[in-house]
Amino acid sequence: MNPAQPARVSPEPPCVTAARNGAPIVVAIGNPNAGKSTVFNALTGLRQKVANYPGVTVERHAGTLRLAGGDAELVDLPGTYSLAAQSPDEMVAVDVLLGRIPELGRPAVVLVVVDASNLRRNLYLASQVLELDRPVVVALNMMDLARSKGISIDIEGLAARLGVPVVPLVASREEGIDALRFALSEALEHKGREPVIVAPELQAAAQALCEDLRGAGRAVAAYEVERALIDEGGYAETRLCREHGPSTLALLRGVRTGLVAEGSVAALETRRRYHWINQVVAAVERRVPRGPTQSDRLDRVLNHPIAGSLAFLILMAAVFQSVFFWAQPLMDLIDKATRTAGALLAERLPEGAVASLLVDGVIAGVGSVVVFLPQIAILSALIILLEDTGYMARAAFLVDRLMRLCGLSGQSFIPMLSSFACAVPGIMATRVIPNPRDRLATILAAPFMTCSARLPVYALLISAFVPPTHYAHGLLNLQGLVLLGLYLLGIAGGVGTAWLMKRTLLRGPTPSFLMELPPYRLPRLRSVAIKLAERLKVFLTRAGTIILTVSVVVWALVYFPHPPALHAGFQTERGVAEESLAGHPLERRLAELDRQESAAYLQQSALGRLGRVIEPVFSPLGWDWKVTAAVIASFPAREVVIAVLGTIYAVGAEVKAEDAGLIQRLQGSAWPDGRKVFSISVAVGLMLFYAFCLQCTATVAVIRRETNSWRWAGFAWVYMTGLGYLGALVSVEAGRFLT
Amino acid sequence: MTTLADLAPGRSGTIAGFRESGPVVHRLMQLGVIEGQPFAVIRTAPMGDPIEIEILGYALSLRRSEARVVLVSEVA
Repeated sequence: MNPAQPARVSPEPPCVTAARNGAPIVVAIGNPNAGKSTVFNALTGLRQKVANYPGVTVERHAGTLRLAGGDAELVDLPGTYSLAAQSPDEMVAVDVLLGRIPELGRPAVVLVVVDASNLRRNLYLASQVLELDRPVVVALNMMDLARSKGISIDIEGLAARLGVPVVPLVASREEGIDALRFALSEALEHKGREPVIVAPELQAAAQALCEDLRGAGRAVAAYEVERALIDEGGYAETRLCREHGPSTLALLRGVRTGLVAEGSVAALETRRRYHWINQVVAAVERRVPRGPTQSDRLDRVLNHPIAGSLAFLILMAAVFQSVFFWAQPLMDLIDKATRTAGALLAERLPEGAVASLLVDGVIAGVGSVVVFLPQIAILSALIILLEDTGYMARAAFLVDRLMRLCGLSGQSFIPMLSSFACAVPGIMATRVIPNPRDRLATILAAPFMTCSARLPVYALLISAFVPPTHYAHGLLNLQGLVLLGLYLLGIAGGVGTAWLMKRTLLRGPTPSFLMELPPYRLPRLRSVAIKLAERLKVFLTRAGTIILTVSVVVWALVYFPHPPALHAGFQTERGVAEESLAGHPLERRLAELDRQESAAYLQQSALGRLGRVIEPVFSPLGWDWKVTAAVIASFPAREVVIAVLGTIYAVGAEVKAEDAGLIQRLQGSAWPDGRKVFSISVAVGLMLFYAFCLQCTATVAVIRRETNSWRWAGFAWVYMTGLGYLGALVSVEAGRFLT
Repeated sequence: MTTLADLAPGRSGTIAGFRESGPVVHRLMQLGVIEGQPFAVIRTAPMGDPIEIEILGYALSLRRSEARVVLVSEVA
């Protein structure tokens, strides 16, 4: 390519080109929206696994690639525009390409996925990869879109200029996948290739500095030095200096001033690359001007400031309607099925600890995991559809200005919004947020939104303690107003948290909002299904196991100790009743005895005792041991509080939020001295507690999974529970002050 | 000098340079916002921010604060 091409000596760091099972590693890299995951899915099918890279929250997708000469391991890197690492995603991409991830070793072949309809910008990343001395195959994807835009590309000419095989593809229709498979297995055989030299002076300078470092006994790759030279004040520079001593910084600065008189090395790199790209594209691409595409016409409406905002509101309303419309019947069905299964099992098993563990612990626990599935599945599917059609970027574009008020960007909107149904898919949807600090702030804000599990709890507390007073000739109802207030409180809590976090723990420079608005695309069922299956699997395996464990622990707290003497006492009473009563009165008496028995057991259970032991912690909130025990039992899942209150107040375990019996008992609940437990300020305090507190094991587990750390999950739990406590305390103190 | 933030939707021109340097400018350049490159302003979001431009044949959105750094020479 260039006469000034520097010699490539390679005492590179030790390299292994195989995965643990001995299969060679093929790495797929490409711009976001270039269809990389479609290519990955087409090549690997359902033989994929997802893990995290060590120490970062970047996901590692890998799958088995079937080739003529044997299997290879295909690793899908996160979508990136450049190898100039400005984000953890990009640093991971560089690390994988250089073989710095110990479990992966050095890739045997790099597959660069390029969007044919957007050749110039996509060739930027390709040119960076082509500088590495690894075999490369270019997949020229979205040939159909390129054709419809009037673009034709000379494939052979492009391959000749890049010095690597170029395979045209329409990955969404699996066109060209066989040819790509063939090219990959060829590339695994033939290793030699002339690296493309785009910025010779830069490479020469990096090579020279690398030699100096090696002379001083430092093992370093020339490519890493080059990235560090370009990356002033960034990841690559910081890491090189950390690994090879602070004096490296002075060396880098010296080389930089030698390279560019004014401006930055980064600017030099970009100019050189686009100069090279313009030459390549001018030679191989022909464009016949076409009118606006269908996607452009769609955007005139959907991205219009007024029409687009209106369409956005309608679309979001439709998403919500469908979640409640489709999920609610399914959730009711699952709930019913769990109860039926429990009842059937209880009939067949001898009464005792084992039966109770299976029915009230395991089946109820599994039920409380599965009952979330319809909602999470429907919401996740809709979110994936929004992502795959390209609408997600428009939504972010439309609301960015609004979201900036709380220190976030437009990309945080959909995750926050979907958390009104359930925080679990909302938190999973934060993966589209490129900035790690924004993503974390959104994850911490999302659980404040009033999710559907809070609704039954609010319904119970409101109908018990808020009088149904009407205002404005019946147009406004106090109960409705309180519910609205709780919703607004959730929003305020979330927005306030994001705002606070972005000013304290997650403070940093404002991230850029440079975002591509990809052309609209028809989503592919297969790709949606694969992504959905992955998210549901995450929920079931990660969250499910934790929820189940916590359910069994709470069951044990409720069940043990279980002295038979207590049961014997009630049996005697039952005998007395059976002798003196008959018919309807007898049934009533027996049901009452059943309730009293479960209440008596609960009172002396570990949970009951725990409730009394830690009652002092919650007594400033005006709670007695019963409320305390119910709140503790509902930490795995907040809606459980209704059933536990039902048992404690002896109205049977199967209570609904609207149950008049429970409501009356709650209203009548009194301290030993006769004072009511639930004054209005205590009741409001309890609602505030439930509005803020993170009583949802599923959410905690998903935060742990998405942040790859127990620290953030623990922080979220302590922060929200603390806020709930504070809210309840303020309410009680305010009540005391006012009366 | 005119910046990208000064242009109304429908206007087009070529990129002339940058008012400062730094990570955002570097990112803009990687995305093809580079001296001599023709572009067109397509539309603005509600409340006038961010803006959408077409460059290198694709649609890019950027905030006004980012657009103010980009110097342009207007053609039409």
